[in-house]
Amino acid sequence: MHSSADLFDYALRLGDNGLVLSQRLGEWVGKGPVLEEDIATTNVALDLLGQARLWLAHAGEIEAREAPPGRTEDQLAYFRDDAGFRNLLLVEQPNGNYADTIARQFLFDQWHVLLLGRLVLSRDERIAEIAAKAIKEVQYHVERSSDWVVRLGDGTDESHARMQAAVDSLWMYTGEMFTIDETERVLIDTGIAADLEALREPWCSHVHAVLADATLAVPADSWMQGARSRGGKQGIHTEQLSRMLAEMQSLPRAYPDAHW
Amino acid sequence: MEIARDASSTSARAGAACIEAAAVWRALASVMDPEVPVVSVVELGIVRAVTRDGLEWVVAVTPTYSGCPATRVIEAEIQKAVTAATGERARVVTALSPAWTTDWIAPEARRRLREAGIAPPHPAHANAHMGARPVAFRRLAPSVPCPNCGSLQTTELARFGSTACKALYRCADCLEPFDYFKPH
Repeated sequence: MHSSADLFDYALRLGDNGLVLSQRLGEWVGKGPVLEEDIATTNVALDLLGQARLWLAHAGEIEAREAPPGRTEDQLAYFRDDAGFRNLLLVEQPNGNYADTIARQFLFDQWHVLLLGRLVLSRDERIAEIAAKAIKEVQYHVERSSDWVVRLGDGTDESHARMQAAVDSLWMYTGEMFTIDETERVLIDTGIAADLEALREPWCSHVHAVLADATLAVPADSWMQGARSRGGKQGIHTEQLSRMLAEMQSLPRAYPDAHW
Repeated sequence: MEIARDASSTSARAGAACIEAAAVWRALASVMDPEVPVVSVVELGIVRAVTRDGLEWVVAVTPTYSGCPATRVIEAEIQKAVTAATGERARVVTALSPAWTTDWIAPEARRRLREAGIAPPHPAHANAHMGARPVAFRRLAPSVPCPNCGSLQTTELARFGSTACKALYRCADCLEPFDYFKPH
């Protein structure tokens, strides 16, 4: 049987992926390579932020069952330190050039859509509801990022080289998407969490197909987070997250009573 | 339409509540989507239920997109319209399930979208298989008729447009750009 702390932690994992990636994408506002992409990037950011709010609000509700009233979505977003975040290392990586941003999005989207496809069957009713809502949005995300991988990969020599370099440099962070720790294990066993091992095969098949269309090479597996190594999901992050949070959280921490 | 059970209500009062609920729905029909002001929130399909809870009306609304920035404005407009029509308090609650789909947009509203230069969405079930497909180009998307001249010679400029629910298209015949309400 899972504990309420496990479920809370799992809801944070789901929410923090969206929150952190949304914040990263927001850094492109007004600086996109073309107007359409500036708009598309921020549309995706907005979807992910909306999803993150639902997940974090759910986390707060779970917390409230044990320790009422539980934290609000804003308290969770703005008043946790880096080690309290549970997102994948992949999504906190900096924007880099546009190929880096697209590669990060593509590797994540392909996983995200499969994850949500499983979570719509979760025995936690709220998780299933949020997943059913989010998957419709994420289907558009995965189409766009896959399109761009092909356009840039099968584009000019310059765009091809940059796209390949981006995929190569982010590849090591993808191992973590399929590792299962004890928190997830008990939740998988109770039918609440998605079995991440089962996502690996379809993810590889989809990612490899797009990379082939893009004339890009599939990177060799290098060192990755394994079943026993701890990473973003356990709160062990790269320094990139701390820098990002310093900016994201500065206003509510300086003015804790500020509100819209 | 549902009316919450009220232990103290007589059948006459229940009947009156029914008439009032109809008034609430009429009031809601006057609340326009702030981002697509030719369609009401009822026609958009986001009002899921109107119920009675003690002294207040409870309007269940489902979001179109999770991050839609218009959600708060819509809630405030709904409260204002219901209170103006009934003189009573209104509370808006969020219903996530079943998830909103563009298939719920009323036929009349689809016509008005077209008149406003926005191509109405194709049926959303065409998208149902999307998650299983690795790449976008494999889908042969049905062409979107131009809302200005009806031509089918249109191309997608950007799948993400001025709002979360729209894509940007261009017509090759009349050369006008236009919004397409994305199937969802």
